[in-house]
Amino acid sequence: MSTLHLNAEALYLDLLSGVRGLLQPGAALVGIWSGGSWLAERLQHDLKLDGEAGVISSALHRDDFGSKGLASADPTRLPFEIEGKPIVLIDDVLYTGRTTRAVINELFDFGRPASVTLAVLVDRGGRELPIQPAYSAARIALPREHKLSLARDDEGRFSFDIKEEGA
Amino acid sequence: MTRNPQLNKHGELIHLLSIEGLPRAVLHGILDTAGTFLSVNDREVKKVPLLRGKSVFNLFFENSTRTRTTFEIAAKRLSADVINLDIAKSSAAKGESLLDTIANLSAMHADMFVVRHSESGAPYLIAQHCAPHVHVVNAGDGRHAHPTQGLLDMYTIRHYKQDFTQLTVAIVGDIVHSRVARSDINALTTLGVPEIRAVGPKTLVPGDLKEMGVRVCHDMVEGIKGADVIIMLRLQNERMSGAMLPSAGEFFKNYGLTQDKLAHAKPDAIVMHPGPINRGVEIDSSVADGKQSVILPQVTFGIAVRMAVMSTIAGNDA
Repeated sequence: MSTLHLNAEALYLDLLSGVRGLLQPGAALVGIWSGGSWLAERLQHDLKLDGEAGVISSALHRDDFGSKGLASADPTRLPFEIEGKPIVLIDDVLYTGRTTRAVINELFDFGRPASVTLAVLVDRGGRELPIQPAYSAARIALPREHKLSLARDDEGRFSFDIKEEGA
Repeated sequence: MTRNPQLNKHGELIHLLSIEGLPRAVLHGILDTAGTFLSVNDREVKKVPLLRGKSVFNLFFENSTRTRTTFEIAAKRLSADVINLDIAKSSAAKGESLLDTIANLSAMHADMFVVRHSESGAPYLIAQHCAPHVHVVNAGDGRHAHPTQGLLDMYTIRHYKQDFTQLTVAIVGDIVHSRVARSDINALTTLGVPEIRAVGPKTLVPGDLKEMGVRVCHDMVEGIKGADVIIMLRLQNERMSGAMLPSAGEFFKNYGLTQDKLAHAKPDAIVMHPGPINRGVEIDSSVADGKQSVILPQVTFGIAVRMAVMSTIAGNDA
């Protein structure tokens, strides 16, 4: 058991106000599968945005394909044209930045957005690429071997799952 | 017990040689992945970088246009470099052995071989002798197997019928010579289809199919009655010269799929065919072009399924 205490629901409310501040006219939310897409779905509703949020998968652009093979994920689903649109990417945990890099490439396979910004629930540092979020609800430091991810229960409530790799 | 040569020690697919012996989860994994690739066609950039920097050699020791082309498109959509070798006209004709050909192509830094050969087992031989980082896909070997066709048929069935476990599937025509039929039967069995029927004349339907749990029917109407899926096979013209069939006209009369015969299947039955079709021999034009036909969607799904197979095996180490 980790002693780290992170209240995902409280952080979500911070993210909600942070994303509200980032929204330009005509902007669309795109959640990174899987934790980010749950957040985007709820943000879309709470921000009273029309239509559905997009879901984006990093699987087809991952740089660890050669060592890990094809990652299983839901396919990318963007229920709107992205050409010329300001896009706000949503993720649960930002770490090395490699997933963000992969989904930006994925996004550009569908067209040329006006801009791409990133908002995350938790920034855990450890970046290996020059990627920074426009908003993060929390910044924490975790040992490398800890894997942090968002979980969602049957009622749609968020919590954090912390696993020690190899444990 | 010897391990299935297609799987590594973690049970992951490293070559695709035959559907026989592959676990259900591996088959579903490929079909799920194919679903992801199908949507790549809707993008502005119809290409993903998974096989960037890899060389795929299409080795067709036997003629094929459709299969080779769909493998080529699939590999290119994955960003691989594709080299097509018409082996029938080159090395083999000069007397080079299969393994010498493979050794030479490996020296050209091949990462994947897509192999079609008239001899059953040729892709196995190549998989056993190539370097550990090289992957092999069987694109049809003799009468043995055509696993990517089997998988694309399963993708098609799952697309239209969702669940395999309630289905009746009839495979009709020249089953004895068909590697497609064999791969389909293996896949349908693994995926839990409760009723598989093989329909055709005695000369073209092997009797030992009963041992594989397949119901053999020599009467067409009995064979397709109540079926959810009808897979028509191509009647290979070269078989007509032997004593196996009286004539194409006679075959059409008894086993050709017409609207009248199709009416005995379920009203929402789908009609499939691996192509190329012989209109008026195994299938009537009104059926081939009719609303129950899914023959052209099969071709589209075939590209996504071949992308799924190539990216799955390329991502797994021996």
